[in-house]
Parts: sequence; structure tokens; C-alpha cells
Amino acid sequence: MSNIVETQKLTKKDFESDQDVRWCPGCGDYSILANVQRVMPELGVPHENVVWISGIGCSSRFPYYMNTYGFHTIHGRAPAIAMGVKTANPELSVWVVTGDGDGLSIGGNHLMHALRRNIDIKILMFNNRIYGLTKGQYSPTSEFGKQTKSTPTGAPDYPVDPASFAIGCSATFVARAVDTDAKLLNDILLRAAKHDGTSFTEIYQNCVVFNDGAFDAFADKAQKDEHQLRVVHGQPLIFGAQKNKGLRIDARTLGLEVATIGEGGVTEKDILVHDETNSTLAYMLARMPFPQFPVAVGVLYSKARPTYDATVREQVAAAKAKTKPDLQKLLSSGNTWQV
Amino acid sequence: MAQQAQPATVGTAEGKVKTLRGAVVRFAGDSGDGMQVTGTQFTAATALAGNDLATFPDYPAEIRAPAGTTYGVSGFQINFSATDVFTPGDAPDVLVAMNPAALKTNIKDLKRGGLLIVNTGAFTQQNLKKAGYENNPLETDVVDGYNLLAIDITKNTLSAVKETGISTKEANRCKNFWTLGLMFWIYGRELESTIQWIESKFGKEPLVAQANVLALKGGWAYGETAEISHYRYEVPAAPVAKGTYRNIGGNQATALGIAAAAQLSGVEVVFGAYPITPASDILHDLSRFKAYGVTTVQMEDEIAAICVSIGAAYSGKLGITASSGPGIALKTEAMGLAIATELPLVIINVQRGGPSTGLPTKTEQADLLQAVYGRNGEAPLAVFAAASPGDCFYMTLEAVRLAVKYMTPVMLLTDGYLANGAEPWRVPNVADLPKIDVTFRTDPAGFHPFLRDPATLARPWAVPGTPGLLHRIGGIERDYNSGNISYDPDNHEKMSKTRAAKIAGMVRDVPDQKIEVGTDSGKLLVLGWGSTYGAIREAVQRSRDRGLDVSHAQVRYLNPFPKNLGDLLKRFERVLVPEMNLGQLVKILRSEYLVPAESFTKIKGLPFKIDEIEEKIRQVMES
Repeated sequence: MSNIVETQKLTKKDFESDQDVRWCPGCGDYSILANVQRVMPELGVPHENVVWISGIGCSSRFPYYMNTYGFHTIHGRAPAIAMGVKTANPELSVWVVTGDGDGLSIGGNHLMHALRRNIDIKILMFNNRIYGLTKGQYSPTSEFGKQTKSTPTGAPDYPVDPASFAIGCSATFVARAVDTDAKLLNDILLRAAKHDGTSFTEIYQNCVVFNDGAFDAFADKAQKDEHQLRVVHGQPLIFGAQKNKGLRIDARTLGLEVATIGEGGVTEKDILVHDETNSTLAYMLARMPFPQFPVAVGVLYSKARPTYDATVREQVAAAKAKTKPDLQKLLSSGNTWQV
Repeated sequence: MAQQAQPATVGTAEGKVKTLRGAVVRFAGDSGDGMQVTGTQFTAATALAGNDLATFPDYPAEIRAPAGTTYGVSGFQINFSATDVFTPGDAPDVLVAMNPAALKTNIKDLKRGGLLIVNTGAFTQQNLKKAGYENNPLETDVVDGYNLLAIDITKNTLSAVKETGISTKEANRCKNFWTLGLMFWIYGRELESTIQWIESKFGKEPLVAQANVLALKGGWAYGETAEISHYRYEVPAAPVAKGTYRNIGGNQATALGIAAAAQLSGVEVVFGAYPITPASDILHDLSRFKAYGVTTVQMEDEIAAICVSIGAAYSGKLGITASSGPGIALKTEAMGLAIATELPLVIINVQRGGPSTGLPTKTEQADLLQAVYGRNGEAPLAVFAAASPGDCFYMTLEAVRLAVKYMTPVMLLTDGYLANGAEPWRVPNVADLPKIDVTFRTDPAGFHPFLRDPATLARPWAVPGTPGLLHRIGGIERDYNSGNISYDPDNHEKMSKTRAAKIAGMVRDVPDQKIEVGTDSGKLLVLGWGSTYGAIREAVQRSRDRGLDVSHAQVRYLNPFPKNLGDLLKRFERVLVPEMNLGQLVKILRSEYLVPAESFTKIKGLPFKIDEIEEKIRQVMES
């Protein structure tokens, strides 16, 4: 059976599990699931080597719907468990699904350390800026002052931006996508999958029940061109319905500013060109205030760095090359004496 | 057993060596005085001389407590004997006090008539004040009733190492080796093993090495010339089983057990840890065992440390984690996940004083109820306990063997006393160690992740990367017949009972409870668990020697209990349960077996003394 599976090209259908999908009708998670299932066969990874790990929350039900190995774990801890999976077996393609609450509240610590370690796992964070499964409390990405079930007079704390958090943690791959934009999501998933190291993809995901329309201002088809900036390595940072707006550096403030090509002598040459290996630029792109600036989507940052798992493997291999395990000898090590 | 022995006089005439059955020696000084090194080296030489022994260090939680203060005092006690030794001893026969603070904190323990060696060079006005002495205690009744050997060790050391020309500061650091040299002379130990150790330790600093060797020899020479030969003793070698021996501490034994488990099972270990006293040494030791199939992962916190081990177990490795007190509390939820998903996992709890931060460097047995019961939901966990430093090796192997056989987490309880205590250990023959059989499921026919072995109720170990076995597991209740998510009421009851039955069924692999000392019925059974083994055993033996009808059993399997335990308890008129907590095992015994077991507790961060248990036995037998 396994031989047949390996020689035939897998299809989207092969990645659909027999479990009923239980997200609310209209939830952004459906679109993400479909796109992931579509991309999986493109990766060329043997079917049995794909593992999906999740924590707790709406997004974390994801592994049940994937016909792969899956582990629905505990709140916030998926990156730590995924690290065990990858350390145990480097052949596996390990994916983590998390949400803004799971990944940045209860699991913020594990996310930070997975990112800095650069272990070869793929993290997808579904950011809906709300707690869905607990029925509508504010999350660490909810906007300041947001009125929710637990904050009837407005959220008193300031939100964290997932992408800039990841860059701050020395992540080696940071991207942003939108649940409904299949083309963008597919491109990014492929890039994320092929990145050797921890890839972090934030996906703006609409919660139809508790935070409907949270991203409409830039994700809606009518708004997208004017308010999204699709960043592409080596391409100028241009956006707008007329494709005539771009980003440039304001030398006086060392910050970004929006310039209109053709106005005030601005030409395309004045516009910054995206360099995805520049973490300073990536950070600025991730933190642009909306709506004065567009929302940057695409691969914000990507740079090669040795992975944690490869380093650990090398250390173990070096130890094995140096010492032939002899348990009797190990047990008898140190000062011994005969009676 | 021999630490209380009176000199069995062979020749009492001045100048002749007296033969002792055994002795208890305590070294105490400032944390910077090198007392742990002194103790360890004295131990090595004593082991080479063929004595049975047990040791225990007692050091402050602070890394470098202010010099000269009572809370900066570091101690090391060794009990060595010509007969079997089971504890580091109660009251020392010899106390070495390197400064006033060490005298102040330790003098009350020294046996009346015992030998008190003090470094007068450290009895300065400033040090006396720091220790809280108004007058020099060496000139008051503080030292009455002891054999005082007051030596200016500081001055003697400086003069012994003078020829090397090292600085006074460096020369001062050699005091501990001078003292060790003197102790070696008193007990007739060879200097050679320590000289070799010094030369390898300070290989890069030949002058320092030379100075320490000179100090060691200087201490010895002082003994030869100072007309103190009435303090010279001989402790003959103990009659022990033939074999190769080494000294071993509990954490060391646990780490070796883990490496051995990897070798014996042919399955590699992923050890997840977060540094915590007193468990960190397990991580340190294991980080050097990569060639033996052990990968250590130092995680960002205690939760991540157990989670990385769970992830590894899910992927077909031996997932092991170790911690203590607050760290174990943090791991609780993840233990529930491993129980729910029925993954093999070993959690080692090196217990320390609690609650909260408690007493990080002190020992306690107060995590038993937490181990057996302390999780949300009906979450049965197998719980074992090691009884001595060397036993940590065997119980670690046992924990791994049964975790993989029953596809379940197992918690192994040790404690600070076992972790840091040490004893000579007969190195086992690898061929005699238990086999650890591991089977991974590969056959897709009829597979589902919760298909159980009818005998053990273990589910199959089906790991990612295996063709044809794609499946999902998780913390949400699983259907008995498919492993899929299930909220069905009857299914939950069935699964809860199955999980309980699986752990209860491990009893078939648990050896019957044996009697350590005495008979399997009678007036009084003293029943302990964990590190109280040595003190109880010795106290019961002494009581029997005095004609009392008392026996001793030590429980190593705490969940499930050995199948004959209830029966055994009922064959005694009374049962006494000494524990370093406020009565936890006794609570479980009373609820499981409806026996009126009596509790005897101590919760001072220190192990029981033999005398304390012996006295309690006497009281119980008289009441």
C-alpha cells in the first residue's frame, strides 16, 4: 500500500480527513484549510511524514481535519511539542497551527523561543483578534479600547503585532497573508514550507461570530488594492488602485513615508525596493500604522541561518563518531575499585 | 550501622593506632573553604580503603553567601564503616570547623566526647562577630566535653606552600587540602588518589597544583610530628560482595539509568529539562551522554521541558523529563495530556522542601499525594520511588520499561537527599540488566490509535513517518472504538475506567512487597518509602538486636502498590509509617486498605536520624 502512495502524486483529496469540519459557517478557517490541503501535495513530502500540531482554540482543531499525522495538544504549548517531534525525527515535515490567543497569550513564551531557536517547523498563526472558542473575549491582538464580553468598557491594554513580534524574536521567516486571498496564501504557504528553519506566517482570519469584518478595511476586495501592499523581494514597494503610491524613507525621521509617483517630482526610482533579508525594513513594514499606511502582506522577512535541529544532529553525530557506546564502560567510569 | 560504635580497642597505649568499627566525620566551613571537595576526596580515599560508606553534603542555597556568616556554612558528612552502612550517620564522631560560623552551626551535632578540629586562624574578632559570638568560644564552655584539637590551619598552610611563591590569597585556598592531609593521617588513608586528582584538576596551573599537594602533605606531616597519635584510628575494610565498585550519587545514578535505558531498549532518549535545584545535575550528566543515544534539550520553561519530551514520545523516542517542586507543579497539565493520549513518558521528581520555592537545597517527601492524585480529571499515573542513591539507577530503568510496555507516563520520585547523597555502588553486569522491549506498530490492517492490547490495555505506539497509519490524537476525549473525538457520556465512562484499569493492571509487573529486615508478621511493621530506607532499616535492625519484635518494609511501587501489600499490613498488630512530610503515604494506606497505620513525620528539610526512628519504635512498642 505504501508503495502505491509514494509513487502516485498526492492530491488535495488525500489530505482531507474523514472528520466533520465543525467551524462556524463562514469562518475564515475553511478557506485556510482548503488552501493548505491544496498546497500539501506540491511539497513533495511523503504523506506519512507530514505532522500537524496544535494547541487550543478554534484554529487548533485544524489537525483533526487534515489526513496526516496530527496532535491536538494543550493551550499554547504546540511549539514546544513540535520541537520534540522534529528533534525526535528530522525527516518529518512539522506544522504548527495556532491562534492569536494560543500563540501570543498563554503560549507567547514558547513561540518566542521557537522563533529564536530556528527549529525547522512551520508555524501558521490564525489572527482573528478575538477569543472565539471561549465566546468573545478580547485577545492580545485586539485593538486598544475594544469592547468585548470581558471588556464592556473597552480593552485597557495595547495590542501586540504578531509579525513584528516574530521579527523581534530573531525569526528567520516572517510572512503575512489574508484568509480570503487564495493566491497570496498559496504563494506564502509554499515559501514557508520550503524555508529551512522556523517559518512564521500570520494569517488575518475573519471570525464571523465574534469579530466579523475586523479586516474589511484592507482585506475586502474593494479596499485591497488601495490599502494592501504586496511586498515582493527585489520589487519596489508600490501600492494603490492606480499603482502610483510607494514607500520611501523620510531621512529626517528615519521612518517610512507614503509618496505618490508623479507628484512633487517623485519617480519610481525614489521608491524603496523590498529586500526580504533586511530585518529593519521588515520591522518597519510590519508596524506601519493603518490607515495612514497600507497593510504589508507577503514575505516580509526571510534569511538563512543554521537551524536548531541541524546543530543538535551535528553534535550528536560528532559525539557518536568520537565515542563508541559501551554501556559497561560508562557504568564503570570514574574512580572504581575491586572487592 | 556502625557510626555510633565505640572504639573497639585493639591497642589503647599512647602512640598505637586504635581500631574502630566505623566513624562519622563532618567537614564544615565557609562556602568558599572547599568543604565539598574535601569531603569528596575523603570519600574517594575511604572507598579505596574498602570501607562501606554513605555521604551527604549540606550546602547553602546561595551561590556565594557572604563569607564568615552562619548561613554561608557548607558541610559534608561521611559515615564509613567496617560493616554495612545505610545512612550518612546521625551525630558526627569528628567535626572539622574551619571558622567560627561553622562551629556555631555544627557543634550541637557533635557527639559528646567527639573530636573537634578547629582552624584557630579563622577565629578573628571579625569572624567571631559575624558568627554571633561575643567571646572566643574556644575559651568558653562551648567546647567543654569535646576533645579539642585547636590548630592554626591558616598559618600552617601558608608555611607548607611557601616554597611555591604563590600569592597569600591563593595559598589561603589550600587550607582544605592541609585539613584533608591531617584527616588522612588520622584515619591512615593513602594520599595518592587525591594527589592524582589535584594534578589532573589543576593541570593548567602547575603552581597551584604543587601548592595543594604540599598543603596535603603538610597536613599529614603535622599529624606525624604533633604528638597527637592518640587520635589515630583504623577502620578495617567492610566485607562486601565481590565486584567492581564506584561511588555514586542519586542524580548520577538516575542519569546513568537513562543512558542505560536508551542502550537496553535500542530507542534513543530525548530528555527535556529546565534547570532547577536539586534536579539539574541529571541534565548536566546526560548532556555528556550523546554518544549513548541521549539528546538533551534545555527548554525555556518547565512546561516546555515536559512538552518537548511528549513530542519526542509521540515520534517514537523515549521522552524523559526531570524537575523538582515548583517545576513539577508546572508540568501537571502536560502530564494530563500524556495520560489522555496514552504516550510513554518518564517524569523524574527530585523532591525538595515546599510549598512554592520552599527549601530548594533541602530534602522532603511531600509530593507523594501530588504524584498519585494531583491532576485535573481522573488521571491515573504510575508512581515509583527509589530507596537509595544506587537504587535510582534501577528504578529509572523500571520506570522506562513499564512506561513503554503500558504506553503511559510514569513518575519516579527521588529527593534531594538521594540526589546529593552518595554510596559505593557495585557496577552491574550489563548482561544482567532487565531487557526493555519496545514494539512500534507498522501493520495498517485493522489499525486505530486506541486499539488496545487485551492483556496490558496498552494502545499501539504508532509514530509519524509510518506509512498507512495516519491518525490524529489529542487531549479531547477519544472514542474507545476509533480514537476519534467523542463527547459521548458512556464512552467517557468507559475510557475513564479503562485508563484506571490499565494503571491498576501494571501490578502484574510489580514485584511482591518484601521484608527488608525481620519477619513477615508480628507486632510492628515499620513501613517507609523512598530515601528513608537507610535510617529505617538501621533503626529496625538495632531494635531487633535489643529484642523487639519489629520488621521493616520499604515501598518502591506507590501506584499501583504491590499486590501483597494489603495482606502484609494486616499480618502485623501495628504499622508505623515514617515520612518526611505530614503523613501522606499513611493516608493512602489507610484509605486503600482500611488499616490503622500510624504516622511518624519529620519535615525539617533534613533526613531522619536513625536514633529518632529507633526512639519512636521504642515508644510505640511500650505504648
